[in-house]
Amino acid sequence: MPEVLLANFQTKRLEVLNEKGEADLELLPDLSDAEIWRLYELMLLARIFDERAVALQREGRIGTYPPIRGQEAAQVGSAFALNQKDWLFPSFREMGAHLTLGYPIPQLLQYWGGDERAQKVPSGLNIFPFCVAVGSQIPHAAGAALAARYRRDPVAVVTYFGDGATSKGDFHEAMNLAGVFSLPLVFICQNNQWAISIPLKGQTASATLAQKAIAYGFEGVQVDGNDVFAVYRATRQAVEKARSGAGPTFIECLTYRMADHTTADDAGRYRSGEEVSFWAARDPILRLERFLEGRGLWSPQKREEAAAQAAAIVDAGVAEMEASAPPAAAEIFDEVLATPTPRQAGQRKVR
Amino acid sequence: MAQLNMVQAINQALSQEMARDDRVLLLGEDVGRDGGVFRVTEGLLERFGRERVLDTPLCESGIMGAAIGMAAYGLRPVPEIQFLGFTYSAFEQLFAHAARLRSRSRGRYSCPMVVRTPYGGGIKAPELHEESTEALFCQVPGLKVVVPSGPYVAKGLLLAALRDPDPVLFLEPTRLYRLLREEVPEGEYLVELGKARVARPGNSVTVVAWGSMLERVLKAVEGYDAEVLDLLTLNPFDSEAIISSVQKTGRLVIVHEAAKTCGFGAEIAATVAEAAILHLRAPILRVTAPDVPVPLAKLIDYYLPDAQQIRFALDEVLQY
Repeated sequence: MPEVLLANFQTKRLEVLNEKGEADLELLPDLSDAEIWRLYELMLLARIFDERAVALQREGRIGTYPPIRGQEAAQVGSAFALNQKDWLFPSFREMGAHLTLGYPIPQLLQYWGGDERAQKVPSGLNIFPFCVAVGSQIPHAAGAALAARYRRDPVAVVTYFGDGATSKGDFHEAMNLAGVFSLPLVFICQNNQWAISIPLKGQTASATLAQKAIAYGFEGVQVDGNDVFAVYRATRQAVEKARSGAGPTFIECLTYRMADHTTADDAGRYRSGEEVSFWAARDPILRLERFLEGRGLWSPQKREEAAAQAAAIVDAGVAEMEASAPPAAAEIFDEVLATPTPRQAGQRKVR
Repeated sequence: MAQLNMVQAINQALSQEMARDDRVLLLGEDVGRDGGVFRVTEGLLERFGRERVLDTPLCESGIMGAAIGMAAYGLRPVPEIQFLGFTYSAFEQLFAHAARLRSRSRGRYSCPMVVRTPYGGGIKAPELHEESTEALFCQVPGLKVVVPSGPYVAKGLLLAALRDPDPVLFLEPTRLYRLLREEVPEGEYLVELGKARVARPGNSVTVVAWGSMLERVLKAVEGYDAEVLDLLTLNPFDSEAIISSVQKTGRLVIVHEAAKTCGFGAEIAATVAEAAILHLRAPILRVTAPDVPVPLAKLIDYYLPDAQQIRFALDEVLQY
């Protein structure tokens, strides 16, 4: 008997803006100049926030911090496509998404400063707490998507994770649930190519991460993660698809972590300076500046002004974070259960 | 009043609560069309439909994690894990997320869900199908652990668990599913979580048990003036009831079917030692399974504590 070809699959990469700042006008998202400038401001804000956070850690003013440098387009571009009612299940390295959605800066810094009170997400935002365990937030997103569909809420549920998380069981279990139940769920993989010291090749033998969606029966697409327009366009399509009931999408943002894994890590031990320089030339902010310049919207002076404005916002956030009173010891007993157990109540009394 | 077994009592509780509260949904492997491997959810798919009773793929961590997301979104999911031994692949979700969601979101999100799972030995099932590792789950703050010992309390405890604002692990002793029938009121009643029940009053020794051991203890203590406490909730457990009983009897025997080392009996013994050591007239004894993995069917009866071991312990503490 002959072998029968059952299926053929393709994986696509979406690119809109090249390194020279030239955009494919067919694919350029329908954004006004003001909206594009806002994307630029948010990416600058994310960059400056990140630089300050690293500096604060070096000065001992906050604890261990995972930098996002290089991933600004992937984070800002994707979060910019969401609306207030959508749900976000982040990992621990999406501060650019948080900033885009208006998460208070003092609270972001307070969390990395080790103050648990900061995990109480402001009530206007449907964001889950940072998930330090790799990939375990992904099934939560599947559950929220099930609940949203049961409630007939036209919202998209979005979960972020890194390339390392795609090796974990929870990623696969959630992808499978999303496919089987056709959930309103968008998986956004920040493929920054390094899970601490393990490069992508040590994480998977597949040519792309996007193709993993094929096995679960839904669409997977790779986008140039340093191209804010490609990320925005793909996410926008995916969240609209989710909200309309057409099922899940997996988006692989091919980007690069330009900094260390965390402030406790030294990436110089496992990767070359040439590699980092290669990616520095593909900096997502630089690329957008070239585009804006080509449209007569950018100049070094405009950058100075925008950067100064972002720095002032971050400075105010740092000041507010440092002015907040430290938590009281008894607060460790708060919110463990709706009503403390008799034993907890007794333990609290003697603290 | 109807005589029901535990399977029927639990089914009735689920059915009544689903009818009362449309936030309650069931999810798990084989819970729908098949009615669960023990038939506990039989008929619920037909009554409530596929949106309320979800047959999931085979994915314990995914089921547990999805239930967490559903709970945070405002539903009251009831994930079923087919056997306690299969929760091990969902440990991270249960420990790192369900138990801590309220705390790590400082109250912004909570996780009101009831994880139902058959538990315990004595049904001659394959490996990992007869686990009684309840103490593992009691170590985790933020997670309640409930073990019914019969049909009446099973219904009342499950209704209370379904209305609890925090995650509850509801351990259903498989050996009891069809072993006994009791009168179970058709109407709704709650058995409060965190409270023990005096299953048999007595004066000379306190015996603490839960789940399937209760039935065995009640048989073993015939002829003794023993007070038997049915713990019902292991976390938070009713230390007051144990202490006041020991203050009366002066003696304590703890019976559980889990291995001895770091079993929940150790917690009870330590609590009594802290609070009532001067009331004790004899050493505290534990009757437990040995510290070995739960054996397969041929040796399961050798592994589980039996009436004779329980009586030996009673005789020993009564010598003092």
